[in-house]
Amino acid sequence: MPRNKQTYQTRRRFNTGFASALLAAGIAPFNVGRAQGAALKVGVLLPRSGYQAGIGQDCQRGVDIATGVLKDLGLPSLQFINADTESNVDVARSRAEQLIGEGAQLLVGAFDSGQSSAIAQVAEQKGIPFVINIAAAPPITEQGYKFVFRNFPTAPMILRDAFIDQKEIFAAVGAAPKSVVFLAENDTFGVAMQKAIPGILPKFDMPYTILDTISYDPTARDLSVEVSRAKATGAEALLVVSRLNDAILLTRELIKQRWTPVMILSMGPGWYEDQYLKTLGKFSDGPLSFAPWYDPNKKLSKALDAALAKVHPGVNLNTNHVYTFEALLIAADAYKRAGSSNPQALADAIRATNITDNSSIGPGIQFDAKGQNDKILGGGIQNRNGKLITVAPGAASNGKPEWPLMPYNKRA
Amino acid sequence: MAGLVPAIRVLRIEKTRDQAVPADIYLNVAVGGVLTGLVYGLMALGLSVIFGVVRVVNFAHGEMMTLAMYIAITLFTAFHLDPLVMLVPIASVMFVFGYVVQVRLINPFITRPDYMQFLLLVAVGIIIVNGLLIAFGPDVKSVQVSYAFDSFQVGPLIIDATKLYAAIAAIVVSAALFAFFRYTRHGTAIRACADNYTGALVVGLDVKQFYALTFGLGAACVGAAGVMLLLIVDVTPALGPAYTLLAFVIVITGGLGSMPGALLGGVLIGLTEAMAGLLFTPSAKSMFAFAILVLVLLLRPEGIMGKRAA
Repeated sequence: MPRNKQTYQTRRRFNTGFASALLAAGIAPFNVGRAQGAALKVGVLLPRSGYQAGIGQDCQRGVDIATGVLKDLGLPSLQFINADTESNVDVARSRAEQLIGEGAQLLVGAFDSGQSSAIAQVAEQKGIPFVINIAAAPPITEQGYKFVFRNFPTAPMILRDAFIDQKEIFAAVGAAPKSVVFLAENDTFGVAMQKAIPGILPKFDMPYTILDTISYDPTARDLSVEVSRAKATGAEALLVVSRLNDAILLTRELIKQRWTPVMILSMGPGWYEDQYLKTLGKFSDGPLSFAPWYDPNKKLSKALDAALAKVHPGVNLNTNHVYTFEALLIAADAYKRAGSSNPQALADAIRATNITDNSSIGPGIQFDAKGQNDKILGGGIQNRNGKLITVAPGAASNGKPEWPLMPYNKRA
Repeated sequence: MAGLVPAIRVLRIEKTRDQAVPADIYLNVAVGGVLTGLVYGLMALGLSVIFGVVRVVNFAHGEMMTLAMYIAITLFTAFHLDPLVMLVPIASVMFVFGYVVQVRLINPFITRPDYMQFLLLVAVGIIIVNGLLIAFGPDVKSVQVSYAFDSFQVGPLIIDATKLYAAIAAIVVSAALFAFFRYTRHGTAIRACADNYTGALVVGLDVKQFYALTFGLGAACVGAAGVMLLLIVDVTPALGPAYTLLAFVIVITGGLGSMPGALLGGVLIGLTEAMAGLLFTPSAKSMFAFAILVLVLLLRPEGIMGKRAA
């Protein structure tokens, strides 16, 4: 049997191998440049199951349309690694750690303030940039974090804009409620909003008095008692901070208990969600939501609307899509400018963000020293025939407000 | 702009706990609580029946209810079959499910330590939840029946139509179950198995067969309760564990193994939650339900209608 030459090291083979090693070492410095060609690994944390599943999956639609729109904008591509927070703070924390372990170079999420706070701690500890899509509790950007950025207004900012927009609408329709009852869910966001109200309201000469504040569990499956108690106050209008499921439950109870307030003034999600519109049909018309919103007249908003219509026909563009997309826009823009997926370089690039042709209402996306975009403005939206009309502020509106709420028992 | 807004006042947040709540609101809330409690009672009845006879604590109880809810949703979505019309067929399907689970899974564990039975049923619950997640996804689902938004007005009293229908159905199903155990030969035999396992074997009863029948009846009960609850609440696969816990609270309050106790416990918990929400704060509804449980455990550990241990 002939001897196998392959088993012996020869001078020629040694030299070839050595030259290959030198070549590999030689191009190593260009790895950073090569990374620019590779997609940035973005971990997207959303509540895809649990009581916030509806909204979490709605946020996912913002991810679904991102690839095409970012490409059209000439931005680098992103590779998404999806994770489910299960609407649970502890799960959000562990999923964030898991994503970083799996190679995520930047995190985006997580719709909820409690879950976002937990992820922010992990991101800061691991030194991975975290761009919050939706979360309003002020403390998240008050911790001195260096890797946490929020392109979403804080609860006081939302309230400030909500009251400014409300007054603009009251002026436009020539009417205003004299009393309201405040119904608020008691999770991190709801509690933050409840705490913020006393500090902010005195600054806005609002025409109404809050007769009672009713706090409830956002996972509640029956809100009949809450509505009975609200009705008993004799308030003219409802002021609400809710989520999707409870917004549907509250509306059902209003109809069953035969009470149509003059208006429903929502200062959070739920009432403008697609699932709310589809589940309640004609009964979904009328409520006014005051929330971070998009300017329907901006070029990017129109592009997002078109992309959504293509990917998810029949779904209205809303806050969940726009702010989730904008978080990814920030990531792609920073990646392009940083020229690297190095976490520190990405964080520095995000801090220097200056996107003016964005979609949300306001002058654009810039971050202050705390990592907060403090220039975002809220909008007033009204549900009409299954569509969402922006009615305030005037500069970003595409329709006029209708007042009062049509009685539920007179809807054809 | 300020000049255009009529009657502008500085906004005040008023503490209105001392404001008088109209009497009809108390009545409305109390009636709503009792109606919801009756459906809770039926759900817990299944748990109580199973424990009372088979002596197995069904930790997959809420999950089995969720399974029935999804069957109802599927039938409604595919064929527009009203859940109330489908109550008996779905309860029958759940009976078969329960029967098979008892024969194939639980019977071999009857003589094994309690912790094994406990883990077995926890595992069944987890399998159901994850199976539903795979099949239906995590989205909240509901049925939109024509009477979903109906209510009846009797003077100042406004009664939620769906809750009323569900409560009536709960009473009918409970009455049928009581009658079965009281007046039929099979019911008497099952009670004999529950009272004296060895005695039942000695007189020649096929105890394992009766256990399977009982578990099937418990599953049918919880299936019927699920169909009715679907008219009141929306469903997700993750709903089950919360209702398992609620069923435990109810049967321990009413008396583990006592059928009237389960119904009474359900009404008590439903009423307590409703009135606590009105009189104190809605956020604390569950707290009051658990407070009742703690009180019962302290003062009458066997439950309100439970039998004292000899």
